[in-house]
Amino acid sequence: MNEIIDGFTKAIQLIFSGDPRVVEITLRSLYVSGAATLIATLWGLPIAMGIGLKDFRGRLLLKGIFNTLLGIPTVALGLVLFLLLSKSGPVGFLSTLYTPTGIILGEAILITPIIVSLATSALEAVDPEIMNQAKTLGATQSQAYVVAMREAFSGILLGGINSFNRAIAELGVAQMVGGNIVGWTEVLTTAIATETAKGNIELSIALAIILLALVFIITMTVNIIQRRRK
Amino acid sequence: MSHFAELKTVTKMFDSTVALDNVDLKVEEGEILALLGPNGSGKSTLLKILALLENPTRGEVYFHNAKISNQNRERTRMETTMVFQKATLFNTTVYNNIAYGLKIRKVPKNEIQERVNMALKLVRLEGFQKKYAKKLSGGEQQRVALARALILNTKLLLLDEPTANLDPKNASIIEEIITSINREHKTTIVIATHNMFQAKRFPHRIALMENGRIGEIGEPAEIFGKLSKTLASFAALENVFTGNARTATDGTTIVDIGDNTQLIATGQHQGQVSLFISPEDIILSKNPFDSSARNMMKGRIVEIQDLDSLVKLKVDVGKLFTVQITKHSFDDMKLNLNAEVYMAFKASSVKII
Repeated sequence: MNEIIDGFTKAIQLIFSGDPRVVEITLRSLYVSGAATLIATLWGLPIAMGIGLKDFRGRLLLKGIFNTLLGIPTVALGLVLFLLLSKSGPVGFLSTLYTPTGIILGEAILITPIIVSLATSALEAVDPEIMNQAKTLGATQSQAYVVAMREAFSGILLGGINSFNRAIAELGVAQMVGGNIVGWTEVLTTAIATETAKGNIELSIALAIILLALVFIITMTVNIIQRRRK
Repeated sequence: MSHFAELKTVTKMFDSTVALDNVDLKVEEGEILALLGPNGSGKSTLLKILALLENPTRGEVYFHNAKISNQNRERTRMETTMVFQKATLFNTTVYNNIAYGLKIRKVPKNEIQERVNMALKLVRLEGFQKKYAKKLSGGEQQRVALARALILNTKLLLLDEPTANLDPKNASIIEEIITSINREHKTTIVIATHNMFQAKRFPHRIALMENGRIGEIGEPAEIFGKLSKTLASFAALENVFTGNARTATDGTTIVDIGDNTQLIATGQHQGQVSLFISPEDIILSKNPFDSSARNMMKGRIVEIQDLDSLVKLKVDVGKLFTVQITKHSFDDMKLNLNAEVYMAFKASSVKII
């Protein structure tokens, strides 16, 4: 019991003394998850607009596939990405294995189903006449898409935030693709796992507190934004 | 009058359903044209084709004698605007809703402000700028939608059942606005309605629609005068009946519309007539009551349709009548399906066409 209390005290000291390694890991985690969310949004949103706003054969199948991918085990995806990115793999020439770029790419793939599914539901919930309404007021096709996106904004934002939360909190992909190299690819989750195994409890606790605080702050912000928009 | 827009043999299919079947129509410059027909007769589809929001499956659309193609569709669409039956408001303030079309047209901000204020005044919603559009009542939302369209001063204004779900007060505000816009700006207006009374009131011409086709087209007097039989075939129009009329001793007319139902109407008529009774002219009660209304009958509620501040009921008295009452009185009377009710209306409410 004393060990835990001791660990907590030291962890708090680590956080408030601005320990360089703690700061570095935290910033890297934010950067990697942020970049992954951005990339997933960039390629996920057009997919969501296709599924949510257009009607075509295979639309429901595609939607079903993305919904299924929501539950993909991160370790399994990590393994697939490891095989793809390793030197002998099909995209090994990119040399992204064990780099932050590799983690960003892996996380982006992992969270794409989240952004696609949530943004699709948000766009589907928009009044189907809204784009026609915009057009009859003078909007071009692309301006009408912007209107539909604006109507679905809080749902899309929710998708983005959930994606970020998933990216920052997941371990499998970051571990297998990043390798937790100190000073290079270690992020909050991988560092917590490794340092705990090494018996470096106070660092683990410090990083875990930061991780929880980040997730908590982000979720609270979303709640406030959503309430204001209602 | 030269014509503003023209449809040539336009057919519109949705999958295998024919919404419009070989329609020819000329919309004259500066006129108010009413499309009168039951729900599902193709009125909304026709409006959307005129709004250049839907492309015909077959046939052609012309604006000022120029054929609409993919090249000029978006540009020509700027000349027209449509108000949908259900006010489709953007999830933002009243101001942003009304200003949208002007922002698209890159009108300077101070001019937008001025015009929004004027549009709000026109629909009698002054001071509503900052209110949240979707929190307004149904009637207010419909007026915001109208203001959002009117502010653009387009040459062609398309209105899909603009008063269908409104209480009489809001409905008459909207009707007044439509007439004054046409008079002052020479705006060409096409209005879809299934309300015969409305169609009779202000349009210059009426086109009767049924099953995706235009049956008859002409001036109201002509349509309502000569074509009463065609009109009465619009079974889905509300409270339209045909029957045999005979003059009673007191100078009124008794019309036997079948199924043991007789109506008393003012004036003297003989022989086969068509007639209709406005759903809002009918008074409902749970108990028999004394009144000056000459027509009183007992029936059963067979359908209830909730329309925001209004409730539409179908009452079976032998014939099926549509009755429109406010939500407030519906709740007060604690009405429900299959309830027995008494229905009354004045002889003068029976309009013989």
